[in-house]
Amino acid sequence: MSISENSNTNAQQSRNNMDENKQGIEEIPVSNVKSGAPKVKEPFLRITKRDFTPFTIASCIRALGILIALILSALFIVCITDLNPIKVYISMFSGAFGTATRTWITIRDVMFLLCISVGLAPAFKMRFWNIGAEGQVLMGGLVSAACMIYLNILPTNILLLLMFVVSAIAGALWGLLPAIFKAKWNTNETLFTLMMNYVAIQTVEYFVDIWDKKNSHSVGQINPDTMAGWFPSAFGMKYFYNVVIVVILTVLVYIYLKYTKHGYEIAVVGESINTAKYAGINVRRVIIRTMLLSGAICGLAGFIEVAGISHTISKSTAGGLGFTAIIVAWLSKFNTLAMAAASLLIVFLDRGAVQIATDFGLNEYASEIIMSIILFFILGSEFFINYRLIFRRRKRKGAEVNDA
Amino acid sequence: MTLDSLISWINSAVIFGTVIMFGSVGEILTEKSGNLNLGVPGVMYLGGVASIAGAHFYENYTDDPNKVICLIIALISGIIASALGGLIYSFLTITLRANQNVTGLTLTIFGSGMANFFGGSLNKLSGGVGQISVLTTSAAFRTKIPWVSSAFGRISEIFFNYNWMVYLAIIITIAADYFLYKTRTGLNLRAIGENPATADAAGIDVARYKYLATCTGCAISGLGGIFYVMCYIKGTWENSGTIEALGWLAVALVIFTMWRPINAIWGSYLFGACFWLNIYMPSSISQYISTILRVKQITHLQNIYKMLPYVVTIIVLIIVSLRNKKENQGPAALGLSYFREER
Repeated sequence: MSISENSNTNAQQSRNNMDENKQGIEEIPVSNVKSGAPKVKEPFLRITKRDFTPFTIASCIRALGILIALILSALFIVCITDLNPIKVYISMFSGAFGTATRTWITIRDVMFLLCISVGLAPAFKMRFWNIGAEGQVLMGGLVSAACMIYLNILPTNILLLLMFVVSAIAGALWGLLPAIFKAKWNTNETLFTLMMNYVAIQTVEYFVDIWDKKNSHSVGQINPDTMAGWFPSAFGMKYFYNVVIVVILTVLVYIYLKYTKHGYEIAVVGESINTAKYAGINVRRVIIRTMLLSGAICGLAGFIEVAGISHTISKSTAGGLGFTAIIVAWLSKFNTLAMAAASLLIVFLDRGAVQIATDFGLNEYASEIIMSIILFFILGSEFFINYRLIFRRRKRKGAEVNDA
Repeated sequence: MTLDSLISWINSAVIFGTVIMFGSVGEILTEKSGNLNLGVPGVMYLGGVASIAGAHFYENYTDDPNKVICLIIALISGIIASALGGLIYSFLTITLRANQNVTGLTLTIFGSGMANFFGGSLNKLSGGVGQISVLTTSAAFRTKIPWVSSAFGRISEIFFNYNWMVYLAIIITIAADYFLYKTRTGLNLRAIGENPATADAAGIDVARYKYLATCTGCAISGLGGIFYVMCYIKGTWENSGTIEALGWLAVALVIFTMWRPINAIWGSYLFGACFWLNIYMPSSISQYISTILRVKQITHLQNIYKMLPYVVTIIVLIIVSLRNKKENQGPAALGLSYFREER
């Protein structure tokens, strides 16, 4: 039985609080006087919700979580390989930023992951669990590749513009289907979007087989000679346009979610659908509109991958990043600017681990282990940001000092 | 289509289906407690790699490995590893109230990382060459029931021509269905999945039930990983990501069964039949379909066939939500963490 001293607006909750406070008052004399009265044993550990956690404390808790995770990962590396973990981490850093090329690859990957995460942000803020980014990215990539194959006679600028538009439409449509059913019949969107990923993967495989000319189950680079539909390099930077598009999208979505009426409606629907209904928000329209946007941005990520990075299409075009982006989006609390940092962390771990694999003869999957250990700790640390632990040993006065 | 190819289609479908039957029955148990565990692929990975690692060490340790000990070691290590995966998930989502979707996906990354790391380099780490392989253990796992498996001709070939784990899957599935729908404890568990606050008020220990259901469910899902490694790919390891695809298929099957374990028996075999459709489909029918769909080459149809289980699952999901019948829906509190003071 715990005592929550937080001020709740909800009437039911405050009534509940009153009840519990009453019990708390009964408890105090028992524990203070230590008489022979029927004792209500105070539990060893009580958990209460924090009203508000200052940013600095939250950051400290997160940093501590990451630090413990890194130490644990280091222990893991030592146990498995007898290598010096500091050396391994240095090697990771050189893998991500060691040379100009490596840095550019890191930036390219960060931008791709960031783009998908930004796409997920509106949906997640609405508490619509869009697990289907993988499929939306693939469909965007697929139509981009189709444009490159069938319309390669068009001038590059027009072709790229066309690819931009159709990939956004394809992604949006792929996200629209689960949204319609969620809005109308409350179909579980997590499972629906998850299944749509595999439908998308098989669709891509189907077209790969059709476009494949050498029976190699791959398309190969599209238009390697004419480079039609490839992002041109600008200012000597190969990935200039990737960066520009994603940065613009990130800022726009940030503004959209934070400062527009639409963004506010999304937040209200996410907090409580009933509140949204009472406030006169058309929940169905918000759900469908937001998923169209979310899917469109994910589709654009597919366009960026196909036109700006790999210049081909396969079922691994999204490379599982549709799932990684969910973690990025959630870690950054749907704040698209924080997503840039989270994406960097994830890509850094990934690139770093590839380097470890080559440097120390390890298997490249070590990166997944280290990444997931860090994620587990970040997930766990959220608890200590949102809740407060009170131990029995402390006297009540001590606990109150701690509260203040 | 000849009878022989029909029988071998059924056999392949059953073997394939058993992997996802284990996976989805475990997941049904977990989801009935209100935990949407998207870590099933990870848990199956953990079970698979731990069983092969345990068997590998035992087979390397003795010159003359005993089949029974092989089985026990592989099973125990696999079950413990996957239950531990479930414990990580339970601790984060139940005690620390972390988001279930994100925790589950992280568990999948964790399992895939652990499994592919150790599966791919275990032999190297222990000083061997080439790929890891545990022949004795795999043979023990692939033991068929003596006499019955050949005594009745065609009937044996269809129904009894499998290793013992196939029947274990069916037994576990029936037991899970009985537990969930015919026992008091199962009723309590379902109550928690529907409305944890009410269950709590009725005096049910929500956290304990959730922990136990999730860890047991993960152990059962882990059996799917063990079955895949020991029987499906015959005691070797490949870093191909197949387990992950199968794990997601198991999650799909949970919806397909509408959260009734008993439906998983035929559902999983149906999924298996869909998976092998491209090989066993009579060419005349394939020809007909490809002219309707205007597919140029028949081989391209295989991608459409492989899409079927997922499309069917989506359709089931839609129909279930359209009919809006209470007993066909997933648990009402699925995916939500429970905190007594947040009402």
